[in-house]
Amino acid sequence: MASLLLLAASSAVLITVAIVVILVGESWGFFAQVSLREFLTGHEWTPMFAEPRYGIAPLLAGTVTVSLIALLVAVPLGILTAIYLSEFARPRVREVVKPMLELISGMPTVVFGYFALLFVTPWLQRVIPGLPGYNMLSAGLVVGLMIVPYISSLSEDAMRSVPMHLREASYGLGASRFQTALRVVVPAAMSGIVAACVLAISRAIGETMIVAIAAGQQPNLSFDPTETAATITAYIVQVAMGDLPHGSIGYRSIFAAGLVLFVLTLFFNICGYWLRRRYREAY
Amino acid sequence: MMTSRTLARLAARHRHRDLLFEALGLLVMLVVMLALAALFAHLAIDGLARLQGGFFVDYPSRHAERAGILSAWVGSLLVMLVTALSAVPIGVGAGIYLEEYARKGWLAALIEINVGNLAGVPSVLYGLLALGLFVYHLGLGESVLTAGLTLAMLILPLVIVATREAIRAVPTEIREAAYGLGASRWQVVRDHVLPYSMPGMLTGVILALARAIGETAPLITIGALTFIAFLPPAPVSAEMPFVNADWLFSPFTVMPIQIFNWISRPDPGFHANAAAAGLVLVGMTLAMNACAIWLRYRARKRIRW
Repeated sequence: MASLLLLAASSAVLITVAIVVILVGESWGFFAQVSLREFLTGHEWTPMFAEPRYGIAPLLAGTVTVSLIALLVAVPLGILTAIYLSEFARPRVREVVKPMLELISGMPTVVFGYFALLFVTPWLQRVIPGLPGYNMLSAGLVVGLMIVPYISSLSEDAMRSVPMHLREASYGLGASRFQTALRVVVPAAMSGIVAACVLAISRAIGETMIVAIAAGQQPNLSFDPTETAATITAYIVQVAMGDLPHGSIGYRSIFAAGLVLFVLTLFFNICGYWLRRRYREAY
Repeated sequence: MMTSRTLARLAARHRHRDLLFEALGLLVMLVVMLALAALFAHLAIDGLARLQGGFFVDYPSRHAERAGILSAWVGSLLVMLVTALSAVPIGVGAGIYLEEYARKGWLAALIEINVGNLAGVPSVLYGLLALGLFVYHLGLGESVLTAGLTLAMLILPLVIVATREAIRAVPTEIREAAYGLGASRWQVVRDHVLPYSMPGMLTGVILALARAIGETAPLITIGALTFIAFLPPAPVSAEMPFVNADWLFSPFTVMPIQIFNWISRPDPGFHANAAAAGLVLVGMTLAMNACAIWLRYRARKRIRW
């Protein structure tokens, strides 16, 4: 029996190995035909053209811009929410707010994509004249909304685990709740809060549907949020929807893009994990 | 020197700042709540009109008014079935191993690290894995089986974590009493730990499935089609051998992909369909979440350690 269970448990390792093998394996075939230098430094990503170009920079620019906008929205909202919920809120407010945040994190992302395309974009078009129907700003804003629960719940966990006696010492010295929250609790929970933000970065980078629906699918090397662009994830989905013969270089290009995505998210996940261990060990 | 007047002023300043910050916090909450409310309101305004009976039993069509979600929700149901049947045995088995059998060695640490890492992998990469492995390498094709296995891999970390937490909640006294009476490890797990942790595990599995039902990217990547005007073949038929597994290898579509397809079209009639389907999908997700929470509540009430 134990060996069966061990087999089940090793499935986690096997899946990780399989991901790496498949991504690296198919990318190997890709890089046999496309030089690594062109991939990393090229400025155009046009695999479908008669003269295909394989520079990943446009896809990276799209991913970075959308994620940056998302973080600009989610980090302030998320941390403020966490401070409020952990230090100020009455139990009644918490009972209303926490389910609402869980609701956001449980919603299918296609529905958020619908929201971005059909509500946020028209509204933005009234504020910013000349905004194209597909743009990175509206996608970024909605990705930010989707990430707020991640940041707020992880930050709140970090702040909750700050021992009560630190707060009580501060109150005993005459500090207000605001001063205690900002000068005692937040610095004490800082590595947990940063871990929350780092994991949120990873989530934003990996988001697919919202950007595929609202940001468009045209690779565009630009950091201007009012332009259409494609992210790494949107590209993978766009190609997978089309008809590409198995083994062709276009088919392999999605694995190369996927490998870049995997490396990026792995990096941020490891950072986040290491930071979380640091704050957990401090107490 | 702190006179009582200065103290009173300081205290008042503190109170004001606290109130200001509380107001700021409430404002932030309000913004988030408004965004969520706008989302639902938009879904309802656009989509409620389309939610008549025909919508649920019609196939998608080129005409927006005649398009329905039959193939989509049947597909979702079948894929969820395969997902649950694949993820639950493996996830629960892994959780039991990690909690009851594993010694604190490198193997357990390696498995734990992998589980944590897999939870953070973007869903589209599971689709790439399935595309390379299941669709081509193993030749399973773009089928319900592939989709179920892909989503099972996606929710495996969730099931493992939920199982571990449910098992951890069982007090050690129960295990020790059983060991004291001479039970083997598997007997303790099967007869004592599992029955008590079953509700917790079920809750976790339902929550994981609620997450899986809304996943789009991995299924698009493995080739789920978006215009399916037929249902997978029924598993039972009137001729020999009466039961078959053809439905596993059939092309399919699921709810989120249908929504994605409709939203990508310029015709606002299809946008209304997308909104209606979105309402159904959100309704399904909320129902599953509510079910899981109710189960957890019932289980907690009945347990008397």
